[in-house]
Amino acid sequence: MANTEVMKKPNIEHSNPLSRTLLQKLDYDQLTNCMRCGFCLPACPTFRETGVEPESPRGRIALMKAAVDGLLDPDQQFIDQMNHCLGCRACEPACPADVKYGQLIEQTRDAIEDHSPHSLPIKGLRKAAFKGLFPHRSRWKLVGGSLAFYQKSGLQKLARGIGIMRLFPQELREMEGILPEASSKGVVERVGTFYPAKGERIAKVALFRGCIMDVMFAGTNVNTVELLSHAGFDVYIPKNQVCCGALHAHSGEMSDARELAKKNIAAFKALGVDYIVSNAGGCGALLVEYDHLLHDDEQWREDSKWFAERVIDVSALVMEKGRIPSFAEPKADSEPAVRITYQDSCHLRNVMKSSGAPRQLMRRVGNVEFVEMKESDRCCGSAGIYNVTQPEMAGQLLEHKMEHANKTEAQYMLTSNPGCLLQMKLGIEKHKPNVPMKAMHIVDFLHERMVSSK
Amino acid sequence: MLNANAVSRLRAIVGDKHFRTDQEALVAHSYDGTPMLQSLPDGVIYPDTTEQVSEIMKVLTEYKIPLVTRGSGSNLCGGTVPSQGGIVMVMHRMNRIMEVDQENLTATVQTGIITAEFISHIESLGLFYPPDPSSMKISTIGGNIAECSGGLRGLKYGTTKDYVIGLTAVLPNGSILRTGGKLMKDVAGYDLTKLLVGSEGTLAVITEAILKLIPPPKTKKTMIAMYHDLYGAARTVSKIIESKIIPATLEILDNPTIRVVDDFAKLGLPRDMEAILIIEQDGDPEMVERDIATITEICKSEKADGVQVAANREEAEKLLTARRSAFTALARLRPTTMLEDATVPRSKIADMVHRINAIAKKYNVTIATFGHAGDGNLHPTATTDARDHDEVHRVEEAFAEIFEAAIELGGTITGEHGVGLVKAPYLEWKVGEAGIEVMKGIKAAFDPHNLLNPNKIFAKETRKRVVVQHG
Repeated sequence: MANTEVMKKPNIEHSNPLSRTLLQKLDYDQLTNCMRCGFCLPACPTFRETGVEPESPRGRIALMKAAVDGLLDPDQQFIDQMNHCLGCRACEPACPADVKYGQLIEQTRDAIEDHSPHSLPIKGLRKAAFKGLFPHRSRWKLVGGSLAFYQKSGLQKLARGIGIMRLFPQELREMEGILPEASSKGVVERVGTFYPAKGERIAKVALFRGCIMDVMFAGTNVNTVELLSHAGFDVYIPKNQVCCGALHAHSGEMSDARELAKKNIAAFKALGVDYIVSNAGGCGALLVEYDHLLHDDEQWREDSKWFAERVIDVSALVMEKGRIPSFAEPKADSEPAVRITYQDSCHLRNVMKSSGAPRQLMRRVGNVEFVEMKESDRCCGSAGIYNVTQPEMAGQLLEHKMEHANKTEAQYMLTSNPGCLLQMKLGIEKHKPNVPMKAMHIVDFLHERMVSSK
Repeated sequence: MLNANAVSRLRAIVGDKHFRTDQEALVAHSYDGTPMLQSLPDGVIYPDTTEQVSEIMKVLTEYKIPLVTRGSGSNLCGGTVPSQGGIVMVMHRMNRIMEVDQENLTATVQTGIITAEFISHIESLGLFYPPDPSSMKISTIGGNIAECSGGLRGLKYGTTKDYVIGLTAVLPNGSILRTGGKLMKDVAGYDLTKLLVGSEGTLAVITEAILKLIPPPKTKKTMIAMYHDLYGAARTVSKIIESKIIPATLEILDNPTIRVVDDFAKLGLPRDMEAILIIEQDGDPEMVERDIATITEICKSEKADGVQVAANREEAEKLLTARRSAFTALARLRPTTMLEDATVPRSKIADMVHRINAIAKKYNVTIATFGHAGDGNLHPTATTDARDHDEVHRVEEAFAEIFEAAIELGGTITGEHGVGLVKAPYLEWKVGEAGIEVMKGIKAAFDPHNLLNPNKIFAKETRKRVVVQHG
């Protein structure tokens, strides 16, 4: 018996333009791969908060497929539902059938973006951010500079004092209060483009510095370089690298994301390094999927594969390939051990599949007790720009997160991604745990406690 | 389309937020875990109390609107697909544990609670609720009761029906029925509790349940045994039982499953083995040690090609990976996965696995079998593609023949998934004409207007029996 040919996509004349674009952009094989077993439901933060099926990965995939199959007319409710997804991808490890949910939601948002009815001011803002700011390193430095000026000049104090910030929406006001000191001096300005390994070289690596990381957390980038050097790696920092494109991809600006990816691949390929190191789970998760992002581009297929295969998180690289430095909390013998806990970066855990390495490193620190926080694998609500676009859901998630954080009685809350770090700072500020708690990037915490000479 | 008066009355009962007729809600409640079935309801309602359910039923009966009750929609027999439209009632809001009675060892719960959440609460109190369907992380106690779910521990501890001792249920006319109680003995009239367990939402809406709890076993040990000869594995199962040992878990994987699992989980399993048995015993430490030693001897005497006893919990988890990843590994092979649950007396396990493999070959389809060897409940699992109509048709033919084979060996068409839509055409093969008549009589007594989960269990037409060719 001959096999009938498997139909790729339904043959439906859609009258709604968004339906047509969805039909064109959504991977129908992935939609079909969802067998609706429901195993993703308990993993999904928005399903857990609301308890209704459309707020689950299975529900959202069913809505996408229904739009393509002509069973549903994608309206504003459909668009809102797709934007309600955090994109944390906790559903992917839970899926028996290995459905690529992250790709489906990005394809859907890409289609939505093509028909976006954004109001003019929002359009302008999006354009300014996605096209005018993120792709341009020099402009970020300006942002860093002016933020630093704003903070250092006393303007910040003044603004807070006279309540100008009260004119902004509450979420932005809250964020403003916890922003770290920005700087126009990034990692390259501080340590140059090459930093040699301490002792015998194990491998040649390149740092992906990130845009938010390098403006708000340039110190963390410097600490990452030094940690890598101590662990035995020659570290290169290509100057011509650009934004990873993650915020673009998650917001449906796929073609911009692809252009950025090409620039990064060219910059890193030229160095011929063994590993490309990320210290931000959100960036790393897109970097590691550059091969998928450029899958349809024949010219870039091989180079994007080369790139994706080399991407690794800093904790995983130090733990798995490096000479692990000794870490210890300096303290008097009579003092109790310092308690620390950890909030997973969703993208580091669910996409880069690295949840063990950071924990192993934290457990190695002397005089420190690591306590696992309940549901540390659940999204904190930061999720890129989600806490700004979906403040209500983000606020609920953060509140539950801080209840669990409070129970750990930890003095330090460590994370592996700038968005999560800011969200944790915000959570601590807003919900005030019983034991005073400080949020830190895991690299900074480890760097401060490196025992060997710095 | 729903009657506008009915809609406004339903809204008044639960509030606007909890009755939806928007297309998002309709699409998201048009399916369950069964492949290739989808049908839009006309509305979705989320009640919060038994009294609300009672009020809702009065409206539905007055306007003759069909109702499908569901928990998480993980059903595998199409039992919660609203094939006749009408209202889907989602029980998730009714998820409270109302009482854990440590004196009587019972728990009283609303039926929308997730089974795993209930179990984790019960275990935190040092108690034990044994039914453990593989879907327990998502499925609800109500769904488990409606389908009489089984699980890995069925052989030693029984299934859901053995732990439900009392129910609160709403009849189509809105009356509230209370059955059983915190009672280990109760013969007052027909056993309506047991009748409602496994009734697939066709007789009443079950809103609360009294569940029996037991003390947990003190310790547990895990082992696996591999066989070149399927009958060696089957004889091992029989001999374990003959030796008066009832293991807590006694699972089997056949050769197609072993290959797929090994490809997926890279466990280094010997791919030429015809069967792997995964065995667990629990209880007092001395008894567990003694039983595991006896079982090891039996495996060896039946020419197992490898026997391995886990030294600790971590090793045990590794051994269990093979069984746990069976479904995942199969699900990744092809887009569509059809999981059935034909069940035979445990003495016929080897015959059944042979029959399944021969049938798969005959129809040129991929079917791998794993399941609960201890209680004869097998999961022949076909991997296919819903868009390949020719192959899907062959899979359906193969399953029809598998059901026939199971019945011929003294078994049944479904052990723990239920009849629903998918197996309705085969029900008469198992229960006969008289069985169907009695069941239809019961259905009419509870639900005279056929509003509760219509179209399920009873098919319009019974399928013609497959002519089985022997030899």
